[in-house]
Amino acid sequence: MSESNWKLWEVFLRSKNGLSHKHVGSLHAADADMAIKNARDVYTRRSEGISIWVVPSEEITASSPDEKDPLFTPSDDKVYRHPTFYDIPDDVEHM
Amino acid sequence: MGTNVSLEDKFQAFVDAENKVEPKDWMPEKYRKTLIRQISQHAHSEIIGMQPEANWITRAPSLRAKLILLAKVQDEAGHGLYLYSAAETLGEPREKMIADLQSGKAKYSSIFNYPTPSWADMGTIGWLVDGAAIQNQVMLTRTSYGPYARAMVKICKEESFHQRQGYEVVMKLAQGTPEQKAMAQESLNRWWWPSLMMFGPSDDNSPNSEQSMKWKIKRKSNDTLRQEFVDKTVPQAEYLGLSIPDPDLKWNEERGHYDFGEINWAEFYDVIKGNGPCNKERIAHHVKAHEEGAWVREAANAYAKKQAARKEGDASAA
Amino acid sequence: MAGGWLNGVKRDFTKEEALKEYFYFLADDSLVLGQQLSKWCSNGPVLEQDIAIINTALDHIGRARLLYQELARLEGGDATEDTLAYFRDHLQYRNALLVEQPNGHWGDSVVRSFFIDTFNFYLYDALRSCNNEALRGIAEKAIKEIAYQAQWSAEWVVRLGDGTEESHAKVQKSIDDLWMWSGELFEEHPIFEVLKDDLPAFSSFKDHWVKKVAEVLKMATLVMPSPELWMQTGGRYGIHSAQLGYILGEMQSLARTYPDATW
Repeated sequence: MSESNWKLWEVFLRSKNGLSHKHVGSLHAADADMAIKNARDVYTRRSEGISIWVVPSEEITASSPDEKDPLFTPSDDKVYRHPTFYDIPDDVEHM
Repeated sequence: MGTNVSLEDKFQAFVDAENKVEPKDWMPEKYRKTLIRQISQHAHSEIIGMQPEANWITRAPSLRAKLILLAKVQDEAGHGLYLYSAAETLGEPREKMIADLQSGKAKYSSIFNYPTPSWADMGTIGWLVDGAAIQNQVMLTRTSYGPYARAMVKICKEESFHQRQGYEVVMKLAQGTPEQKAMAQESLNRWWWPSLMMFGPSDDNSPNSEQSMKWKIKRKSNDTLRQEFVDKTVPQAEYLGLSIPDPDLKWNEERGHYDFGEINWAEFYDVIKGNGPCNKERIAHHVKAHEEGAWVREAANAYAKKQAARKEGDASAA
Repeated sequence: MAGGWLNGVKRDFTKEEALKEYFYFLADDSLVLGQQLSKWCSNGPVLEQDIAIINTALDHIGRARLLYQELARLEGGDATEDTLAYFRDHLQYRNALLVEQPNGHWGDSVVRSFFIDTFNFYLYDALRSCNNEALRGIAEKAIKEIAYQAQWSAEWVVRLGDGTEESHAKVQKSIDDLWMWSGELFEEHPIFEVLKDDLPAFSSFKDHWVKKVAEVLKMATLVMPSPELWMQTGGRYGIHSAQLGYILGEMQSLARTYPDATW
């Protein structure tokens, strides 16, 4: 990551009291204050009375789906998929 | 190889049963790549699509129109962000998507390679271009990849405002002075055909479509979507008293659809290849903003690092 | 006071005229700044900040509309928010010279916003309890937006000031360059005397402003120029920099080409 790229944050909103926070997406920000502000600008268009959580994506530990899931899942603890480090040419099938 | 084939079969059965695929689920590499290509292309279209409209924000002819246009272009920035966010769940960092856009490796909707010389274009883009986009996006709320479908649901909620905004601008022109009406017709003349091209090549010439349909990334073919768009739009033009620039356009009672003329596919492919009036300008604009912003992004990172170090210092001192 | 740059400007105001003038100060500041900020659309350093700065442009233009609507009522006749925005010339605009300064780079725009947002924060906070009902209502709505904007621009000043060597040098220059436009915000003007029972004079916010700006610049490791330096003047009397002609020329071009059209 070069010096000019900002890290990724996951955004959670509670749209009103009585509900729990819900994941709504992600955004890039240099620090937590900025991430909260951006989340308000982007995901709530500044509606008031909304509680926002932001968490650096890299700080989230995720479970692996359990075995009765229909699909095999690579076991890692990232929220999302690993970036692919090897680019497979598009015309290679079934890799 | 054998195991892989069965995983792919399982994946297909999973998708066939209308299940949503989530980021960490196993997926064929090609499914992942197709999604990254499509979602990032979609995000880039929102972002590059800001330019032809931003071009009129400073000159909007009333304060209300200025406010609405500004809010609309801001929505597009937001939609681009939702989509980049969805693509990042597939392990593709935004910086790489941006680099691919700027190098020309990644595409965006060709429609934005046409200029917006007229205020009427602010109406026509909302009415036709957003109208065509909605046709596609409503279908994509049911796409098989969860984060993409969820982004589309959010986008569709906001997008219907855009089409109404566009239609309102055109309507005011069409019902205005003779000069305003001429402005609206001239704009429709320019945008009609490029709008039809937005749905992509016809089904016979759309090699990726079939696999995308099978994986339920796409749920309707290009030609089906295009026909739906024409059927929906013709009565809207009639209501405005504007004429659609296609002598072959006529209602086909038997099919229950409008027939329409042949698209100029040579123009379509030429613009994709980079020969549209604004391809170079759009990318140059994006590169310029990105490069001029580098010192700002670096400063914010440097400040965040210093702040974190200070916090740590405070904590260890305490 | 007779000679010099402002020779010949109007200095006698009836109460009615003074009230309108007060509204024009506020409305024209909002519109011209909103117009300037809107040019950042698709030009920001990162997508998230594009969205943030467009939000502030929306706030300013939205506020300008409310103020012009009230002005149209005060002016009477055929005046509307749009005739006031689109069919007045630079001689009739009353915005402070600060808001017509060019966008420049991100640091220039951030500093310009920081100066005016901080001023607006104290001004609109005071207007919430002024003796003009329309202004009270507008201020009540605006103060939340302004608090948000002031926080946003102050945070950016700190980030750039305490960021990299390059950003520090750049934003220090922005402060130094824009400083001479800041004093006009607080200058005395004949209307304030006329309206003194109903509306706050802008000079009453100067101490707060200087204190807040000093506090933020200190956090940002930046040097604050002296508030006693020579300050530019003229905007509140319709004597502008050459910038405003271009800003209005662009903004008004379509509306004036088709004056009979409704949009």
